[in-house]
Amino acid sequence: MSDAVVPHRAEPSAAVARAGTSWFRRALDSDIFYSFRRSKLTMVAAAVTLLFFLLAIFASVLSVQNPFDPAQLQLMNSRISPLWTADGQSPFLLGTDEQGRDVFSAILYGLRISLVVGVLGVVFAGALGITLGLIAGYVGGAVDGLIMRIADVQLTFPAILIALLVNGVAKSVFGNRLDAMSTLVVLVVAIGLSFWVQYARTVRGSVMVEKNKDYVAAAQLIGLPAPIIMLRHVLPNTMGPILVIATINLALAVITEATLSFLGAGMPDTMPSLGTLIRIGNNYLFAGEWWIVAFPGFALAGLILSINLLGDWLRDALNPKLR
Amino acid sequence: MLAFTLRRAIQAIGVMIAVGVISFSMFRFAGDPVNQIVSLDTPPAEREAVRKSLGLDDPVPVQFARYFGNAVQFKFGVSYQFRQPVSSLLAERMPATLELAICATIFAMVFGILMGVYSALKRDTVLAKIFQAVSLIGISLPTFLIGILLIYLFSVTLGWLPSFGRGDVVRLGWWTTGLLTLSGLKALILPSITLGLFQLTLIMRLVRAEMLEVLRTDYIRFARARGLTTRAIHFGHALKNTLVPVITVAGLQFGSVIAFAIITETVFQWPGMGLLFVQAVQNVDIPIMAAYLLMVSLIFVTINLVVDILYTVVDPRLRSTIRRPA
Repeated sequence: MSDAVVPHRAEPSAAVARAGTSWFRRALDSDIFYSFRRSKLTMVAAAVTLLFFLLAIFASVLSVQNPFDPAQLQLMNSRISPLWTADGQSPFLLGTDEQGRDVFSAILYGLRISLVVGVLGVVFAGALGITLGLIAGYVGGAVDGLIMRIADVQLTFPAILIALLVNGVAKSVFGNRLDAMSTLVVLVVAIGLSFWVQYARTVRGSVMVEKNKDYVAAAQLIGLPAPIIMLRHVLPNTMGPILVIATINLALAVITEATLSFLGAGMPDTMPSLGTLIRIGNNYLFAGEWWIVAFPGFALAGLILSINLLGDWLRDALNPKLR
Repeated sequence: MLAFTLRRAIQAIGVMIAVGVISFSMFRFAGDPVNQIVSLDTPPAEREAVRKSLGLDDPVPVQFARYFGNAVQFKFGVSYQFRQPVSSLLAERMPATLELAICATIFAMVFGILMGVYSALKRDTVLAKIFQAVSLIGISLPTFLIGILLIYLFSVTLGWLPSFGRGDVVRLGWWTTGLLTLSGLKALILPSITLGLFQLTLIMRLVRAEMLEVLRTDYIRFARARGLTTRAIHFGHALKNTLVPVITVAGLQFGSVIAFAIITETVFQWPGMGLLFVQAVQNVDIPIMAAYLLMVSLIFVTINLVVDILYTVVDPRLRSTIRRPA
């Protein structure tokens, strides 16, 4: 989008007064930030998302114990209810589970795992989908036909089914007892392989439009190789929709990871994500120990809802038809 | 029309062959079938004999042809965990999944259409806004959390409904049904709501959007000009026209309802195909995974084919489909 059409833009002299902060000022003056400031719900969603990321990053500072370190767990402290109830004990704000694990600390560490798997899954899916989409759109012909046919077939199946299958096959190839880090990698690959189609389709569509424009012809004329034209010239012009898909996919990736872990096909009990914590906590629901499952559940729901709201806003804000 | 139908049918067969190749490679290459049959201390010579008797020495295309030939006759080999033929395991559990999926779809359609019509006709009422908010939450909450929430509310706290299993079932030939006993019906309620909630929000949003669109068209204005009652206009003219896409979407979604039953069945320990599949993934029971993939693909491809053909029969304007994200 060109600066000239932005109606509420600051005077250029003010914007370039200090070159070092000009990108920041330009960001503050942009259409996107304007629509961001106009929507209170979006600002709340952004704040909550940011809070979750900060909690995950600083998990080791904020938690009272490391829930992965068996030496720090004491069975004496098991099944304590949250602090504000009659049987609550300091420092266990949200109570403890059956192994004496502080629920709040477990949520912080679980949040970290969930977000790492989610973000890496989105990055992997995006890299795979963008590459295949660029190739399909730019090369065309039989290659395009093959890639898009695979995409069509895959789109018929729900992502969770594909992720479960990838997971099962990986377990069988590498042996049933994978360590926690390898499981994390398998989950990232499973999520990536389930969600690449949307990127590929979007990128392919944009590339088909872009490649007939003059700047691509000019780049071809001066003899640039195809990969350079694709990455340096075509790709930047397809980034808007990709950003929207990535945001909404982050929520989906977090849900998928949590679901796999809940089904017992994801992160193991020794290195639990939010989904694993919910699966463990679910076993204690009937004993009346609701807090073991409730708080990880709230955390997961809050995280997904706020990312979804951000994604919805971003889609509308980047859509020129709605301006 | 005939050419279109044929082309779609050939495409569907192509997809099934592709899925067959994936399913076969899982069966054959992911995990050695011989290891699952012999014990750890079986001598190598005996292993070779087993290998030969299973036909694993034949060229891969021959093996694939044999696998495919068996699969067409619903022979999927023997489950590693249960030591039983996979086909009989699947057949035993299919009624449970189908009953659950059908009940969930009916629940989603009935309430989705009612809520959608209401929120389209009375757009500014409090109830319509509540429906909208609920639908946003319904899309954001993972299925298993909804299930756990319902169990906590109706089973643990109130004690009204069972939290797991199918209740008492009645055997009708090879089909088992929970629809004929009180405990079976009670057991069906919570899983159906859990499974149907996502479709419900989808149908509600679709009906609302379609209703609002249809109400703006000329023929509705003409119906008003003719002096028809509001009731006749809304339900006789507007709703009828919104139902075509709704039934299409519900039909297309039926396949993913069956796939998503995996999660609901795990939460409620419902003895269906989905629970069998999850246990197979956990225990690396490849024959069940491969067979489940083939079965679900067959259901998906058949539904898509039928819907695609019906599309052109019923309403050529319809081209868009709504798909489930996760």
